[in-house]
Amino acid sequence: MKEKLVLIGNGMAGMRTIEELLKLGSDLYDITVFGAEPHGNYNRIMLSPVLSGETQFDDIVLNKREWYAEHGITLHAGRKIGKIDRVRRQVVAEDGTTAPYDRLLIATGSRPFILPVPGHELPGVVGFRDIADVQTMLDTAGSHRHAVVIGGGLLGLEAAVGLAKRGMKVRVVHLSDTLMDRQLDAAAGALLRQELEGRGVEFLMGAKTKEIIGRQRVQGVLFEDGREISADLVVMAAGIRPDMELARSAGIHCERGIVVNDTMQTYDPRIYAVGECVQHRGQTYGLVAPLFEQAKVCANHLAKFGIGRYQGSVTSTKLKVSGVDVFSAGDFLGGPESEQIVYRDPGAGIYKKVVLKDNRIQGAVLYGNTLDGAWYFQLMRDGADVSAFRDQLLFGQAHLGDAGHGGNSPVAMMADSAEVCGCNGITKGAIVEAIRAKGLFTLDEVRAHTKASASCGGCTGLVEQILASVVGSDASQGERTRPMCPCTEHSHDEVREAIRARHLTSMEQTMHELDWHTPDGCPSCRPALNFYLLSTWPTETKDDSASRFVNERLHANIQKDRSYTVVPRIWGGVTTPAELRAIADAAEKYNVPMVKITGGQRIDLVGVQKEQLPAMWADLNAAGMVSGHAYGKALRTVKTCIGSQFCRFGTQDSVQMGIDLEKFSWGSWTPHKFKMAVSGCPRNCAEATIKDFGVVAVDSGWELHVGGNGGVKVRVTDLLCRVNTSAEVLEYCGAFMQLYREQAHYLERTAPWIERVGLDYVKKQMVDDDANRTALYQRFVESQRIAQNDPWAERTGEARRAEFMPLTVTNVGRVSAA
Amino acid sequence: MNDWITIGKLEDIPPQGARVVQTAAGEIAVFRARSDAVFALANRCPHKGGPLSEGIVFDHHVACPLHNWKISLESGEAMAPDQGCARRYAVRVESGTVQLNLNI
Repeated sequence: MKEKLVLIGNGMAGMRTIEELLKLGSDLYDITVFGAEPHGNYNRIMLSPVLSGETQFDDIVLNKREWYAEHGITLHAGRKIGKIDRVRRQVVAEDGTTAPYDRLLIATGSRPFILPVPGHELPGVVGFRDIADVQTMLDTAGSHRHAVVIGGGLLGLEAAVGLAKRGMKVRVVHLSDTLMDRQLDAAAGALLRQELEGRGVEFLMGAKTKEIIGRQRVQGVLFEDGREISADLVVMAAGIRPDMELARSAGIHCERGIVVNDTMQTYDPRIYAVGECVQHRGQTYGLVAPLFEQAKVCANHLAKFGIGRYQGSVTSTKLKVSGVDVFSAGDFLGGPESEQIVYRDPGAGIYKKVVLKDNRIQGAVLYGNTLDGAWYFQLMRDGADVSAFRDQLLFGQAHLGDAGHGGNSPVAMMADSAEVCGCNGITKGAIVEAIRAKGLFTLDEVRAHTKASASCGGCTGLVEQILASVVGSDASQGERTRPMCPCTEHSHDEVREAIRARHLTSMEQTMHELDWHTPDGCPSCRPALNFYLLSTWPTETKDDSASRFVNERLHANIQKDRSYTVVPRIWGGVTTPAELRAIADAAEKYNVPMVKITGGQRIDLVGVQKEQLPAMWADLNAAGMVSGHAYGKALRTVKTCIGSQFCRFGTQDSVQMGIDLEKFSWGSWTPHKFKMAVSGCPRNCAEATIKDFGVVAVDSGWELHVGGNGGVKVRVTDLLCRVNTSAEVLEYCGAFMQLYREQAHYLERTAPWIERVGLDYVKKQMVDDDANRTALYQRFVESQRIAQNDPWAERTGEARRAEFMPLTVTNVGRVSAA
Repeated sequence: MNDWITIGKLEDIPPQGARVVQTAAGEIAVFRARSDAVFALANRCPHKGGPLSEGIVFDHHVACPLHNWKISLESGEAMAPDQGCARRYAVRVESGTVQLNLNI
């Protein structure tokens, strides 16, 4: 028999939990839902547009009654629970309905805080919480004239603008001198006030309400300073309070909210709580994004996976008043420890402030132009170092040029027809449409419905930004905490740390220890895990070829017609007539359709059949050549210029330096492909400043540059440091590659990795700290001891060759079915 | 009446991997899941004809190496929201040998 799950509270957080539970495919429970309101559940954050007439109630319904029936859920709408009987394990509604539970979920939300002043119970005094409140306001607006909104916060202002639009004369009463002082600083608050005054809303600032006057119904409001204004409607928007009376009366521990742990359980482990009614690690939340994160964790625990942990949320706010753009996130006031960068253009009604600490964004307030809100929020959540572009930070992402946004384009500026996901040909417009029409809230949902970011993942950051710009305060997680794939709850960093700390050396062990949901992972996590295991424990881990993408398994690059490419290593871009002859011979012998000079100073034999690969490799091996790893997340090429041997401008022997670097580093696996170049003088003919590791000779030695990229988004390298000798170049190269191997996420190029952790961090690790650099270098050398085997030579023997051949039918005919 | 043809031993197919066999019905990919269950599909992804035999095998699925479509080994169907189907063939392991039947 199924266990019984009862939900108290048919609102957004509770129902989101149920939906997440159903999505996990869990049929563990018979589910019963009690809601005090007589409807299916609806999108409470959209009440403001209903009040202002921009949308209808029907449009904000999330689940109609039929939905509950279709999913076998018993809905008691309009039945308010009056008592939780923890001894009998049942809930009792005010109308006497009872329901037994094995697990109980409390999602009673919050209540508007009604000032306990005389007259607060008069007809005409309402909160702004549910559709009934909205109906009361609309009815009053039809027959009366004067509205007073107590509270100039987010909710109060939305109510005020809505009522003004409905033709009422609205006055907003606010205790502090700044509107929305929980979200805005004084400057932004003043701009907002100006704008709203232009729309006919009046403000009484610094006003403390003493009494609400009236006989049959509200007639006016009296203030402490003796002022009095007339009112036919008083909207109490002075804040919300977690609704925890029911829980408290059942003896469940409550403080400012119902206290829950990281799996959303109350002190009674059979009873969970989510949403605005809970207090988690001392915090209460009133925005949708954290509630959804809680819902996900709670559903996960109810489904008995027991792996999700809620760790609190970073939130951002947007005011939902059309035509007024306000964005706020994090610590927007700043303190003595932090710095503020401010942009102010009162004429255009634009104000932007970003608060920084150690070159990382702590918070932001934007007024008038909020295009970059999602971008700042992402930089904040990711803890990104902005020192490289802080002088341009406030001009926005669009002004950053092509460099410096980790592969992301400014999404808000993109046209609807612009392609976001190149792999699947999905435009921004299609994604926005899907998010709106299907009510998508998370990256995984967008992936499933649009395929955007579902293939190579290169546009993940873009898709997240689109999500954030459409949904506002979005429910997705930052890079640091986002699970690496749907097989697990753990982020890349958590998985790496566990592999290191728990000394995990096999895929099976890792998936078991970290509670993978799937029996053997997926094409996203398996290659990543294989790399993390190999790079962490190079001498103990066995490479898992079944978890390698075809290119790395077959050591050749697959093409669209199922043929492959063969690229021998040409050390430092220097070859010999004998090598060229061997390559030409191979090209003729195997009828290679195309012989192509690559951008990395090598020769690409394109269009080779799989069966031919081992024989061709053997021929090239015989001429002294090895695999160029042109197919791998590995060291690719070291491009060089002619250098001081011949060039009249050359200051150092860049060719020899390039050959030495390539002989030293070839064969190493890296999180993504890794390219190098060495230029013999600052003219930089080898284009070293768009490589992952670029070396430029100067008279006195070598400049070392890191984090360049010549791909989708061109990024010029950052100067790491200057060294004197070739030996130092090798040492710094090894240390840098090892730091990248140990710390970047799988499939993260050096450019976005450095933008994420900051150049200063890299310098601290390997330039300033000599001992750490030596240790990194030694770990790289140790790993190279294992890694430097030519994969071609390993596969040309008889036994291995067979793997490249098809199986053959050995027996045709009738075999009796045993 | 069964027309089973022998194509090799189970060990010839790497675990979580596949081998290809040329048959009268064309090129067929024979997969071996981690559980040692075997499956056979036409070796053409319904999307752009990629060789499914070279994809990463996970649970009872394979990811096409060209554009990462995920195909069910049991049904040959592409995983939603992609749509398409690779033809399935009957395959079994009889005392360690892998046998295909193109007629059922």
